[in-house]
Amino acid sequence: MTDNPDIVVTEAPHLMTDGDTTLIVMSDVMLALLPAALAGIYLFGLNTLYVIMAAVFTAMAVEAVCLKRVGSFQEVLGDGSAAVTGLLLALTLPPQISPGLAAAGAAFGIIIGKLFLGGLGHNIFNPALVGRGILLAIWPAAMTSYTSPVDGTTAATALGGAEFSYFEMFIGNIPGSIGETSALLLLLGAIYLFFRGRIGWRIPLGYLGTVALLSPLFGADVLIQLLGGGLLLGAFYMATDMVTSPMDDRAKLLFGVGCGLFTIIIRELATLPEGVTYAILIMNALVPLMDRYIKRRAFGEVS
Amino acid sequence: MRREKSFDKGMYIPHHKEYTNEKNITRLLPYPEEVIIPLNQHIGETVDPLVEPGDRVEVGDKIGDLDEFWSAPVFASVSGVVRAVEERPTGTGCDCLSVVIEADEEQPEFQSSVRKDWQSLSIKELKQLLKENGIVGMGGAACPTHINVSADDPVPNLILNGAECEPFLTCDHRMMAEWADKLVKGAQILFKIIQAQDCFIGIETNKPDAIEILEEKTAGLDNFHVVPLDTKYPQGYKKTLIKAVTDKEPPMGARSAEVGCIVRNVGTTIAIYEAVVHQKPLFERVTTVSGPHTVPEAGNYIIPIGTTVRHILTSCGVDLNNIEGHKVVMGGAMTGTAVNTLDAPLTKSDTGVLLLPEEMVNISGEPGPCIRCGKCVDNCPMFLFPNELSLSAEAEDYHEAERLHATECAECGICSYVCPSLRPVVENIVQAKPEAKKIRRSKNK
Repeated sequence: MTDNPDIVVTEAPHLMTDGDTTLIVMSDVMLALLPAALAGIYLFGLNTLYVIMAAVFTAMAVEAVCLKRVGSFQEVLGDGSAAVTGLLLALTLPPQISPGLAAAGAAFGIIIGKLFLGGLGHNIFNPALVGRGILLAIWPAAMTSYTSPVDGTTAATALGGAEFSYFEMFIGNIPGSIGETSALLLLLGAIYLFFRGRIGWRIPLGYLGTVALLSPLFGADVLIQLLGGGLLLGAFYMATDMVTSPMDDRAKLLFGVGCGLFTIIIRELATLPEGVTYAILIMNALVPLMDRYIKRRAFGEVS
Repeated sequence: MRREKSFDKGMYIPHHKEYTNEKNITRLLPYPEEVIIPLNQHIGETVDPLVEPGDRVEVGDKIGDLDEFWSAPVFASVSGVVRAVEERPTGTGCDCLSVVIEADEEQPEFQSSVRKDWQSLSIKELKQLLKENGIVGMGGAACPTHINVSADDPVPNLILNGAECEPFLTCDHRMMAEWADKLVKGAQILFKIIQAQDCFIGIETNKPDAIEILEEKTAGLDNFHVVPLDTKYPQGYKKTLIKAVTDKEPPMGARSAEVGCIVRNVGTTIAIYEAVVHQKPLFERVTTVSGPHTVPEAGNYIIPIGTTVRHILTSCGVDLNNIEGHKVVMGGAMTGTAVNTLDAPLTKSDTGVLLLPEEMVNISGEPGPCIRCGKCVDNCPMFLFPNELSLSAEAEDYHEAERLHATECAECGICSYVCPSLRPVVENIVQAKPEAKKIRRSKNK
C-alpha cells in the first residue's frame, strides 16, 4: 500500500511564480538608468565613470560585508538593490566630485539609510537620497560645484541662473549632476520602466504637475524648473522607489503632489537649491502614515 | 464595446489547457481494484458509516449518512465487498474515517431509472433529493447544495459557473460541450428550486465551442442567457463571477442569495440533473488528469469517487517510478492541494489530478523581504493589500489582519504567483484567516 515516490508537497499556488524576481526588478531600474549614466560619462569625462563605479561597488561591498554575504559575486550582488542605490546616488553627484566622496556617500546611504532600518523593504527613506543628504551636510561646497560639459570649467546650472536653450536642457548639454541633465534619456528610461510595470504614472505626474502648476506663482520658468535640475531624475527614479512610496493609488498621487510642493518651496525659498532631495525625503517620512490611513475600498466593502 | 464581461483587477495567467481541452470525456479504465471513500467529502459533519467490513455493496448504494443539515451522504462507487471502515489518509493531508471497498472484477453499469415527472415534484421534494443524493459543490468548494438553496424566498438569478479559470482544468469545458442537454435540464431543475427569474451561464471565451453549443441549446429558452467572460483569473471565483455577470458586488459577509444570486458549478448542475431525473446519486465525477507533458494519456475521465491518485495516474500511463521530485496536485494548479501520498482518494470536489514536473516545482531562490513593489496589490481581485496582510499574519497580529480584511481573501494565489520576492503571501493570509474571522464576528455582534 505504501512505497510512495518522493513527491513534493508545498502550499498553493502550484504555478509558483511568473518568473519575476527582485534581481530582475532592480536590473530593470539599472537598465533604465544606463543611457543617462553613459551620457554623463560622455558629457563630463572619465572622472564620472570613477564616481559611478566607486558608488556602485562601495554600496554593494558595504551591504555584502554587513550581511556576511561575501562568498561569491552572486552573493555580493544579492538582490541588486545596493547596486541601484549606488548608481542612483552617483547620478545625483556633480561630475568633478572625488570618487572617495561618492564612496562615502554610498556607505552612508546603505548603512544609515537602509541597514540600520532593517534592510531592504524596511527602510523609510530612499537610501540614495540619505547618502546624498549626508554628503550635502558634510561637504556642501564639493556637492554644489558644477562644471560645464562644453569646456570643463566651473559653471552655474540652469537652476542657478545660467541661461541655456530649452533644447540643450532637453538633450542634457548643460552643467548639472552626472545623470540628471538629459531629459531625453531619463524619459526614455522612464518609459521603459512604465511599460515593464516598475513605475506607475501617479507619482511622476503628481510631482511634475505640481511643480509645473506652482512655478508661475513663484515667477519661475516652468521648463527650467522641469528640465534644469534633478527633478526628472527624482520624479521618475527616486520618488517612485517602491520601498519608500505609498501603496494606495490615491496616496501615490498625493505623495507626488507633496514632493512637488516641497520641491518648489525649497527651490524658491531656501538658500541651497536642493529641492528634490529634501522634498522626497520629507514625503518619505509621511509614507507610513499614508499607508495606514489611505486605503482603497476592498471588494464588497460598504462604508 | 467588448462582448465579454469581466471584473476589476485579477490577471491573465497561462492556461495550460491544451493538453486536454479537446479530449472527449471517457471512462477511466480499468476500474480500480479498491476504492477508499472518505465519510467527509463536504463542508460539514463527517457522516456515519452504514456498512461493516464483509458487507456486500452495489454501485450507488448509500454507505454513509448522518441526520444533520450540514452533511451530505456518500455512496459506493463500485460494486464489491467492504474490506475496512477505518481512518485513511486523504488529499488534504488529514486522515478521515473511510469505507474501503474491494471492487468486483466485473463492474455493472449503474441501473438508473428515469423519473419523467420531475416537474410535478414540489420544491421541498426536490431539495430533499439534492440532499439524499449527496450533491455538493463539485467545483472545489464542496458545500452541500441543499444548504446553498435552503432559503425559502425566491432568488432571482441562477448563475452557472462555467468559467473554469484554473490552469490545466478542462472537465467543466468538456461537460458543457458534450453534455449541454443535461446541463440545461439540471439548470431548469435548479431554476425551479430557487424560483429564479433568469439563468446566466458564464463561460470564459477560451471555450468557444461550449459557448456556441450552449447558445444553441438555450436559444428557445427566454430566461437563459449565455454570458461570454473574459479569460481572466480568477473569473470562476463566486464573487468575481457575480460581479461580471450582474455587475453587483456582494457586500462583505453577505451570502450570494442576499444579492439575488445562486452560483452553481456546471458539473454540480449536471449531477443534479442525474440525481433528480435518473435517480443516480453522486458516486462518480468527471475529473481532468493532466500535466505539462507528464501524463501520457491526459484527459477528462469519469472516475469513481474513492479511486486513488495512484490508480488514476497509472491508468493514464504514468510510470510512478519516474515521478520523484514531481508534485501531485488535486484540484487546480492555483488553488489545489499537493498530496503527500499517492493513496489519497478522489473526492466529490476534486476537479483535477495534476502531475507537475520538477521544473515547475523547484523554483530557484529563497523568499526575500517584501520590496513593496505592489504587484500583488495591483492584481488582487478583492482589492486587498496582500503584502501588508501577509506581514501582519507573519507577526501574528490578527487584529491588523482583520482590519485589512483577511476575511475577504479569495485565496486565488495571485499574490504569491506574482511576488518577485517569492514570498508565501497567500499561504500567510490563509493561515491568519480563521483568527481574523473570529475577531470580525465578535466585532459584528
